[in-house]
Amino acid sequence: MSTVTPEAPSDGAPAEAPQRHPLASWFYRHPRTRLSLLLLLPLGWLLVVYLGSLAMLFVTAFWQVDSFTGQIERAFTFDNFVEIATDPAYYQVALRTIGIAAAVTVLAALIGLPMAFYMARVARPSHRALLVALVLTPLWASYLVKVYSWRTMFQPETGVIAWLLNPFGLDSPGYGALATITTLTYLWLPYMILPLYAGLERIPDSLLDASADLGAHTGRTFRSVVMPILWPSLVAGSIFTFSLSLGDYITVQIVGGKLQMLGNVVYQNFTLNLPFAAAVATIPVLVMVVYLWAVRRTGALDNL
Amino acid sequence: MTISRPARIVLRILFLLGLLFIYVPLGVVVVNSFNADQTFSWPPTEWTTEWWQKMVENQGVRDALVSSIIVGLIATAVAMVLGTLVALALGRYAFFGRDTVSLLIILPIALPGIVTGIALNNVFTSYMGGLTFLSILIGHATFCIVVVYNNAIARLRRVGTSFDEASMDLGATSWTTFRLVTFPQIRSSLVAGAVLAFGLSFDEIIVTTFTAPPNIQTLPIWIFNNLFRPNQAPIVNAVAAALVLISIVPVYLAQRLSGNAAHAGGRI
Repeated sequence: MSTVTPEAPSDGAPAEAPQRHPLASWFYRHPRTRLSLLLLLPLGWLLVVYLGSLAMLFVTAFWQVDSFTGQIERAFTFDNFVEIATDPAYYQVALRTIGIAAAVTVLAALIGLPMAFYMARVARPSHRALLVALVLTPLWASYLVKVYSWRTMFQPETGVIAWLLNPFGLDSPGYGALATITTLTYLWLPYMILPLYAGLERIPDSLLDASADLGAHTGRTFRSVVMPILWPSLVAGSIFTFSLSLGDYITVQIVGGKLQMLGNVVYQNFTLNLPFAAAVATIPVLVMVVYLWAVRRTGALDNL
Repeated sequence: MTISRPARIVLRILFLLGLLFIYVPLGVVVVNSFNADQTFSWPPTEWTTEWWQKMVENQGVRDALVSSIIVGLIATAVAMVLGTLVALALGRYAFFGRDTVSLLIILPIALPGIVTGIALNNVFTSYMGGLTFLSILIGHATFCIVVVYNNAIARLRRVGTSFDEASMDLGATSWTTFRLVTFPQIRSSLVAGAVLAFGLSFDEIIVTTFTAPPNIQTLPIWIFNNLFRPNQAPIVNAVAAALVLISIVPVYLAQRLSGNAAHAGGRI
């Protein structure tokens, strides 16, 4: 064992303290003040502009529109929520929306997992950057353009899907639930692949070698070693696919035919009956809060 | 993990199928922009560049493009300031409520856009005298903060604090340390964040729908307003094709700047 000999005796007596501007030294001695100054603007913005608006919206959900004058009556009432919960037309839309969002999430995971796995574990490391870029580039194609592209794909009779299916005597399924789920999956797929890829890339080889050394087959290693580590990434991806599908109303308008989702109900009501629209809008927020609360233990939020 | 050869081949096929799924619809849009048939019957039989010409000459498209660029630039500038400040606070200090603050930053993109949209719309129309250019900017800046923040904080974590500490030990003030040590280390990640924030703003439609006054159209709003008009279809398709081709630019730039492929997806 060799000992480290310091070049100069460090007897704790520092050289003369450097000269600082009095204000600078004051800041140096008050890290809390520095922190507060850093946070002042951004937190002020987010609290006032964003949380403030959300709070106002939430309050509005408990008001009502006078059916006579069309003016908003600022008197506390649960009527909007009672109407959503008791009118089948509304709670069916809510359930359908959650179902579509869940289907999109599962589909995105099913398509994304093998792709991420190939990128992170099978492809040559020198190719990875290129593959990631290939998967991510469409993320930057406009949202609207991507939805539009599926409108041309699903176009009945003359669209690409119809052209592919015609030889089998089938026509394009046309605009509806299937087109909506496909398009939403397409839109949010990169949001699923990226966290999965990052999660898979982080898994050290030694862990997988150890599993193999202990006699586990590929499948067993995947189930018992890879999946538990990858779970937070999967959940992180699902937060985006689920939440983004939950509030979408433009995709449904373009490729959904007559299909209605929560976002459409909000959109249709918000000019004439803002309190009711606000009440409907709290459903996706509530679902997301429950979802985020349920997954917070997985550490998924650190993977966002 | 040793992956058997058949498994590798299956994975490769699945990956290639995934890429087809990703690129075929975009390819169809680009090909259709040269399709001479007004209804875009597939496969195209005759070709034309007429739609591209008409798009370039279209005044609505030009105005919308200018609005989008102005909104994007200002919103990005605001988001840069706010995002960098909050990244410095969260990346360099431990304090009570730090997790809550980070959750608050991602909230504008984690919650459905329509919620953010009608919440802002409600405040602007009911309490602040209606929608203006400013209301679009406020909406866009709010959801752009997270992109800048994500890029900056990832870099701050990576470079650590030792250089900052060395600078302070050598007598530099907080400001001098930031100016000469911290900022040069995070500069490229800030530029990458700015590119991504601009891209996000340029593309946004939902919040914009609810915060834009009727006389201002951004490019996505223009597309949406013209999407269901059959006689505008070829121009809409040409705009869509142009946007597909342009979308390569931000990814390329962000990747060059942040030097990390995974960060090119920093929009999440």
